[in-house]
Amino acid sequence: MAESAVVEAANRTAATSAFEPRIVAFVCNWCTYAGADLTGTSRIRYATNVRVLRLPCTGRIDFMLILQAFGQGADGVMVSGCHPGDCHYTAGNFHARRRWIVFRELLDFLGVDVRRICFSWVSAAEGAKWADLVNQFVQEIRALGPYREFPRRLPQLKPAEVC
Amino acid sequence: MQALQEQARKLLEDQTVKVVIGYAPGSDEERARALFVRTPQQAEQLIFDQRCRQNLATYLLKPEVKALGRPAVVAGVATLRTILQYAVENQLQDQAVVALAVDGNGQVTTLSTFSQIEEYLATCPRGLTPEQEQELARIEQMSREERWAFWSQQLSRCLKCYACRAACPLCYCARCITEVNQPQWIPVAADPFGNLEWNVVRAMHLAGRCVDCGSCREACPEDIPIDLLNRLLARETLTHFGAAPGYSLRREYALAVFRPDDKEDFIR
Repeated sequence: MAESAVVEAANRTAATSAFEPRIVAFVCNWCTYAGADLTGTSRIRYATNVRVLRLPCTGRIDFMLILQAFGQGADGVMVSGCHPGDCHYTAGNFHARRRWIVFRELLDFLGVDVRRICFSWVSAAEGAKWADLVNQFVQEIRALGPYREFPRRLPQLKPAEVC
Repeated sequence: MQALQEQARKLLEDQTVKVVIGYAPGSDEERARALFVRTPQQAEQLIFDQRCRQNLATYLLKPEVKALGRPAVVAGVATLRTILQYAVENQLQDQAVVALAVDGNGQVTTLSTFSQIEEYLATCPRGLTPEQEQELARIEQMSREERWAFWSQQLSRCLKCYACRAACPLCYCARCITEVNQPQWIPVAADPFGNLEWNVVRAMHLAGRCVDCGSCREACPEDIPIDLLNRLLARETLTHFGAAPGYSLRREYALAVFRPDDKEDFIR
């Protein structure tokens, strides 16, 4: 009895509350992460829908990370790093750019909604750009709605559960 | 066919090669299978016709085949391109393999160095056939929703048997990402997410390397048109980066190099 009341309450909340996009951002350590940090230290208010994941470089952002994010329930994915020419490792973002060009074409051909992936260059000085970009992208994803058609990754056993 | 058998016999007789990898009749009228000819007498079993579509270069990097000694391989254009791509990827040394190039008229050319293969390929027609162009265009003309429905349906049949990987001459990694299980990137089960991820990974890892032999499609027991993904990326890497894998020894892997002025229109 009590249980069904909880479920009912949860359903009611889900039905009445507006859709809140879940967005995963893969950013590079040197530019965009620092840029997002600057957004915070500059006290700029922006959408809270984004979970930022820091990687060493855009060159490290394997396309499989993007698939995994969608497979685990992200409605949108942001990928951001240093502007061309500014890479901490000289050329990581140039390599990443080539990969993104090819990857995006492939996803589009497969019918994956590429509007749900936002690629950008945000430098460590562009705190305001990061805030604008996130706000803008959240708005776009809100308009697109939840990404229900993308298949979910099946739950995996945690290492501790595997004997 | 006779010219091919003759040439194979000669190569084995004068010990130029220890084994000739070619085709023999398969289990029915429509199939051919790979044949490893190790004595001059066996050479008469070799055939070459419409059935011979498998890319035999796949065998060249297998340790058990390498152990047989210097091989000759019966080769169409795709197989020749594979050999050059192996050379570019430092998988084969010059003169380690003899190619018996067979053209549409059954003419056999013996090519024993990479530069000979390069010269031979320079005379061959390139690019997609009109039918291949049409097959790609048919999907590209669909709306995004239709494309998603099409591929979801196609990929739902994937069994994760990895026959595409086994047949592909350029899927030669000793340890494939599918075998990595700490963490398990690609789910083992044949579920919608894993099937999508596997096919994206396969296409991405072959982007700018695929020589369009079509062996993956031939091998797929569910007849999923997976070669379309490779063909799309072959076209894109050619348009964007000028990649033409397997035609030149000097060409670098398109996704391992870059130009500072690579053009795109989607990065904000």
